[in-house]
Amino acid sequence: MIRFLGRRLFEALTVLVLMSFAIYSLIGLMPGDPIDLMINADPKLTPDDAARLKALYGLDRPIVDRYLNWLLDALIGNFGYSRVYTKPVMEVLIPRLGNTVILLGVSLVISLSIAIPIGAYTALKPYSRIDYSVNLFCFAGISLPPFWLALLLILCFAVVLDWLPAGGMLTVGDGSALDRLKYMILPVLTLTIHSVGGFTRFMRASMLQTLRQDYVRTARAKGLSETRVVTAHALQNALIPLVTVVALSFGGLFSGALITETMFGWRGMGKTIFEAIMGNDFNLALVGLLLATGFTLLGNFIADICYVWLDPRVSFGQERDP
Amino acid sequence: MSVPAPTSQSISARTWRRFLRHRLAVGSLTVIVLLILLSVAAPLIEKWLTVDAFTADLYQRLQGSSFAHPLGTDEIGRDHLARLLYGGRVSLFVGLVAALFSAIIGTVIGILAGYFGGRLDTLLMRATDSVISLPLLPLLIVLAAIDLQKLGVPPEIANSEDGSLYRIIFIVSLVGWTTVARLVRAETLSIKRREFVRAAVAIGARTERILLTHILPNVVSPIIVATTLSIGNIILFESVLSFLGLGIQSPAASWGNMLSNAQDLIWTTPELATWPGLLIFVTVIAFNFLGDGLQDALDPRGDD
Repeated sequence: MIRFLGRRLFEALTVLVLMSFAIYSLIGLMPGDPIDLMINADPKLTPDDAARLKALYGLDRPIVDRYLNWLLDALIGNFGYSRVYTKPVMEVLIPRLGNTVILLGVSLVISLSIAIPIGAYTALKPYSRIDYSVNLFCFAGISLPPFWLALLLILCFAVVLDWLPAGGMLTVGDGSALDRLKYMILPVLTLTIHSVGGFTRFMRASMLQTLRQDYVRTARAKGLSETRVVTAHALQNALIPLVTVVALSFGGLFSGALITETMFGWRGMGKTIFEAIMGNDFNLALVGLLLATGFTLLGNFIADICYVWLDPRVSFGQERDP
Repeated sequence: MSVPAPTSQSISARTWRRFLRHRLAVGSLTVIVLLILLSVAAPLIEKWLTVDAFTADLYQRLQGSSFAHPLGTDEIGRDHLARLLYGGRVSLFVGLVAALFSAIIGTVIGILAGYFGGRLDTLLMRATDSVISLPLLPLLIVLAAIDLQKLGVPPEIANSEDGSLYRIIFIVSLVGWTTVARLVRAETLSIKRREFVRAAVAIGARTERILLTHILPNVVSPIIVATTLSIGNIILFESVLSFLGLGIQSPAASWGNMLSNAQDLIWTTPELATWPGLLIFVTVIAFNFLGDGLQDALDPRGDD
């Protein structure tokens, strides 16, 4: 088991390093590197000056050299400065990471506490009227473009009804818990509607599959009450594969968070990364993206541990094809 | 159904009959065909209504619904309905073409992983899982923002209208293939153990031949289902990127970039934000229902 988790950790680190190289190279291809910006800002700068500056900052060296240099710095904890905020990038990112974790965490908890009971219930009554209606709502949630959903919610609750703020994180001069909560409702609602459909459909499928297993038949045969069969035998086992699906959905949730945060002016990682990319704040974009990737991979790794812990049948990836 | 099915029915007839039973999927197919026809006919409808989707007319800005402009005009006086139809062209074209590319990438990866197994399978499937689990949107934003001229693409191609269309197709194809790859791999794993494949191996058929003539035709159903299901996702990705100002660029219309203009006007003219979003939603849900219906219809274990 230690070997299995060790291998997974190694794989996650490989992905992280590959991603960092890919992002590093791609960001270098975006329009307007720092020297270009200087040239634009100062018309007296000659091409010779630009070349000299590039040499000074090492921007004329091959990409692999530059990347290795960056990586060595990053490994000792030196992630550089943000151009726009003129602060070390980590100082900018850490509080925003917290904001995103709150947003994603709350909506994930709500989403799962809706999806698990409803998914399990519809699996008990497949092809019934309620099953069809739930299925319809799930598909609707999956198919709603999140930015449009955000616009509709703003239109409905902020413009027409004027119940909730259209964006931001707190009222200046208030900032009490209740006030902050009011600002959270619409972003959390957007993310929850966006993700609950997929989880519900998966839970239903997983529960249907579990109900067909022999041990469920055995439980029924030995005369257990239906409630006990469903909750103690079927539900617990149907939840195990959900762990993987939730872990695999972290990346998608983060993408959703990027849109939601941008729409509602929520100062989280997604909004920061988006603005850093658009505003040529290369270093902030690079480190932000890597931090988001790192957290997604960490989530997957934790899910792997949970999986091993929950399901004694896991064979640590040693399956061989006959 | 009350009439007993004849036993000598072809597979396609049986599939079609089972598909027709899936009312939502049939309705969705109708909606999709209608949307495709309408957007193909966009220039004709534009002429017929004597409106203009691309020329600004500042005397006519933000008009409400009227006889001359059935759905009103946008913030610089272009006809909203005509722009919606042109936007449909872009969204559907990107969705269908990128889904085709995704299907090709996914099929190749899925068949290779499933058939050869072992280390190759582990490598390809871990890569697929990584693509699924990574935060893709920020990566796509970076890809959409890079300067193609720095890669040596001539500026007339890099900055043209078609350039942004092909770039977005390329970008969303990079992430749309994962469902196809997983389903094709699973199906290939089960098919390669069947007797006809073993027989082909035993008589010494070349591997390419086994893959192309024995495996590929038998994994067509999962390919169709997964591709249909991924079209919805691809259209969503396109609209998000266009909405953020990185996909299809104005003056060309796409449902995503129309919403991004409407966002600033939501307080005064909310109807401009209603239609493009509604069309994205209807298109995406239609492709999802269609995929779901096809899945049931093509399932060999399903009942008649």
